[in-house]
Amino acid sequence: MSQIHYLTTPLSDEDIMNLKAGDIVYLSGTIYTARDAAHKRLVDLIAKGEELPFPLRGAVIYFVGPTPPKPGDPIGSAGPTTSYRMDSYSPTLIEHGLKGMIGKGKRNQAVKDACKEHKAVYFGATGGAGALLGKLIKDAKVIAYEELGPEAVRELIIENFPVTVINDAYGNDLYEEGRKQYEVKD
Amino acid sequence: MREIAYEDIVKAVKNMVIHTATNLPEDAVTKLKEAHEKEKSPVAKKVLEQLLENADIAREEKRPLCQDTGLAVYFVKVGQDVKVTGGLLKDAINEGTEQGYIEGYLRASTCDCFTRENLKDKIGYNLPAIIHIDLVEGDKIEIEYAAKGGGSENVSRARVLAPAQGKEGVIEFVKSVISEAGPNPCPPIIVGVGIGGTFEKAAISSKYALFREAGQPHPDPEVAAFEQELLEELNKLGIGAMGMGGTQTVLAVHVEKNPCHIASLPVSVNVQCHSSRHSHITL
Repeated sequence: MSQIHYLTTPLSDEDIMNLKAGDIVYLSGTIYTARDAAHKRLVDLIAKGEELPFPLRGAVIYFVGPTPPKPGDPIGSAGPTTSYRMDSYSPTLIEHGLKGMIGKGKRNQAVKDACKEHKAVYFGATGGAGALLGKLIKDAKVIAYEELGPEAVRELIIENFPVTVINDAYGNDLYEEGRKQYEVKD
Repeated sequence: MREIAYEDIVKAVKNMVIHTATNLPEDAVTKLKEAHEKEKSPVAKKVLEQLLENADIAREEKRPLCQDTGLAVYFVKVGQDVKVTGGLLKDAINEGTEQGYIEGYLRASTCDCFTRENLKDKIGYNLPAIIHIDLVEGDKIEIEYAAKGGGSENVSRARVLAPAQGKEGVIEFVKSVISEAGPNPCPPIIVGVGIGGTFEKAAISSKYALFREAGQPHPDPEVAAFEQELLEELNKLGIGAMGMGGTQTVLAVHVEKNPCHIASLPVSVNVQCHSSRHSHITL
């Protein structure tokens, strides 16, 4: 049965091994945003052996390109974007200490394998719930690649941010299992 | 000949763009509530609750429903007896779009296809809009608008089938598109299907199908029955809200059917996420 967890970043191996596909996690602490363009730069830095704009060990990356904040707000609407576009970059980041990714939609086998091998998880947040999720982000600042606009890397402080474990470190996939349960075969 | 000032179009479009980003229309809310009621999976039910809560927050606090505030897509019906003064209709719609996206704190999401450079400083903030114009009878201009997100466009597909594949072939194709899409387009979705015409006619028809009020059946009872058949077929897939498994994958199927060439059977499937942001004005 699905369990509820309250976790604070950075995440440890022990945190990860306690999570199963289908579990609900209320996440707090610091996380980082990155989309396609930023991922490419992060992976290039690793290839060159240079320092990343944030510590990767235990980190959680949120795939999001928020709307501009209104005056007085830390951030605008901020729901997840589709994750497959990051599939070619995520395994490298996982190898170097990334513990969690938040997005929506399917991941490829290489990402699932990396999660299993290096103890990491892929979380799904509710796509299209940008107003609700944006409100749970208490602070946001751009820490790298400002010229990428919505795709810049931001450091976010979140509080009880609701996510669901889609791919756990045991090779389970909620998308496949959930669908099997409700599929009607003729 | 009736005259409409350029500036009046700019202002009306701007207001519509800002309003639509934060107000989920009644038809979409009703469909989400129905899905919430019918859904058997507790996980999917919880997602649907979040979506309804999100719509309330967006409306009350004037926050965009989704961070993907879309490309601006318009279907415009221009009466033959009306004239725009002070500029071109397309420019007025683009200008209203830009002003709306800036003043509404919406995201600029247009970029160059290859360099991926954002075009906000080169062409305009979230420009150009996608504008389909049709000439009709009368002295009014009707502008139908949708803020179309990228996730659901990415899974949309078109194919020209062989005539022998018939209705069954169409069902099979639509089912394969939605099955393959799985969680990616943010289900529960609305599915627009354009059948017949030429290759591009089918695609535009599938887009226009999404502009209909969610769940409003096609006026032709035969087409309406086909919509119902497709809806039941697609909900057997078990994808559910956000793809986590469930009985409510598709909120509505809208079909637009056109006569086609004796040699072909074009089909286009355009997917709309649950955040079906659309609106219209008549000037």
